[in-house]
Amino acid sequence: MIPNKVDYVRADSVDDALSLMAQHGMDAKLLAGGHSLIPAMKLRLNAPGILIDIRKLSELRYIKNDGGRLIIGAGSTHHDIVTSELAGQAYHMLPEAADLIGDPQVRNMGTLGGSLAHADPAADWPGVMIAAHAHIHLKGPDGERTVAADDFFTGFYSTALQDNEILTAVSIPIPAAGTRSTYQKFMQPASRFAIVGVAAAASVKDGKIEHISVAVNGLADAAFRATNIEEALLGQAPTAANIEEAVKGTGSDVMVMADHFASEEYRLHLAQVYAKRALLAITQ
Amino acid sequence: MSTRITVTVNGQAVTRDVEGRTLLVHFLRDTLSLTGTHVGCDTSNCGACTILMDGQAVKSCSMLAAQADGAEITTVEGLSQNGEMHPIQEGFREEHGLQCGFCTPGMMMAAVDLLKNNSNPSEQEIREALEGNFCRCTGYHNIVKSIQYAAKKINEPEKEVA
Repeated sequence: MIPNKVDYVRADSVDDALSLMAQHGMDAKLLAGGHSLIPAMKLRLNAPGILIDIRKLSELRYIKNDGGRLIIGAGSTHHDIVTSELAGQAYHMLPEAADLIGDPQVRNMGTLGGSLAHADPAADWPGVMIAAHAHIHLKGPDGERTVAADDFFTGFYSTALQDNEILTAVSIPIPAAGTRSTYQKFMQPASRFAIVGVAAAASVKDGKIEHISVAVNGLADAAFRATNIEEALLGQAPTAANIEEAVKGTGSDVMVMADHFASEEYRLHLAQVYAKRALLAITQ
Repeated sequence: MSTRITVTVNGQAVTRDVEGRTLLVHFLRDTLSLTGTHVGCDTSNCGACTILMDGQAVKSCSMLAAQADGAEITTVEGLSQNGEMHPIQEGFREEHGLQCGFCTPGMMMAAVDLLKNNSNPSEQEIREALEGNFCRCTGYHNIVKSIQYAAKKINEPEKEVA
């Protein structure tokens, strides 16, 4: 399958990409790893007139610790995050989730920023970013702004990113020592996208859960924070019984997706199972 | 609008004008006549189109030729050196790592990437590294053995691999 005719231009910098976007408007699409966009173009689900390639911009590809925050450039590949000690030191779930995306070849090309901007409801990064209290950095013609991951994913392939903006980085507050995290997913066996994925971080002090952050992707049209679980477990002992009780009702207040792989009922069941597994894994 | 690209393919620099929409796999197969790289599923699932770009295994059906501008590409044709088979090729021959052979180039390129980063992988690590490659003959056991053979050969090139 060959995509529709499309022009191709490589941006020299983020600012160059922004001016090219301004010049071409809705006809343009940003191309990074292209592992969501090019398959969509081959299927004629997307037919931009011009691709603005930002894959090789070194200003977008870095992972650094900046005064208590982990900053990951949007152009970092999933493989970059799998192999990043800094990312693993901040949250174990970052390399763990990265390593569950697609396959090695996909991880070598696909980028964090591309995945977040694309916002596939079954992608793995959105839940992880919400659980990590990440902020998404956006740059547009009027300057830069940040949006909390909690507010970034607005629906089915929809985000707070405006048409004239570029997602440049995520910044993640490095959690207190002793915080443990995990990302657990039940994957679609061919695509390896999440049917349900649960990202969870927690710390336990004196036998009680002191901090907890849980997010779910794959279940609804957008990743969301599982506030029911957080509220039920904060300050409680992380016993199997308490966790079992806390995960009940996960997803009851969102519109649950269904397809020929997994019904609504099955996904709701999986969300509870995977939330329980994730929480047991990081609190016992 | 076409784009002029220069790509080093199997050690040789080539410059061509490509359409924006030209996929790398078609550039390799149709423009350069390197038909060892296969188009299988064409949806980035099967891995038959796997090549190395700057040393990393990628799926050439899911990227544009223009994206490879300036890159070093290795295809299955570039594995043997001076008429000598690459250890991974020798492994596939010795361990009967192919049946119909369609997935073989992609399997070998994925394996080369694995062995570059992990010269002594466990069976489990080999199977995980092949997540992105399908063998519809289901010949996975011998593919794993072929990669184990290649690992031994790379680690102990002088020793005869049994």
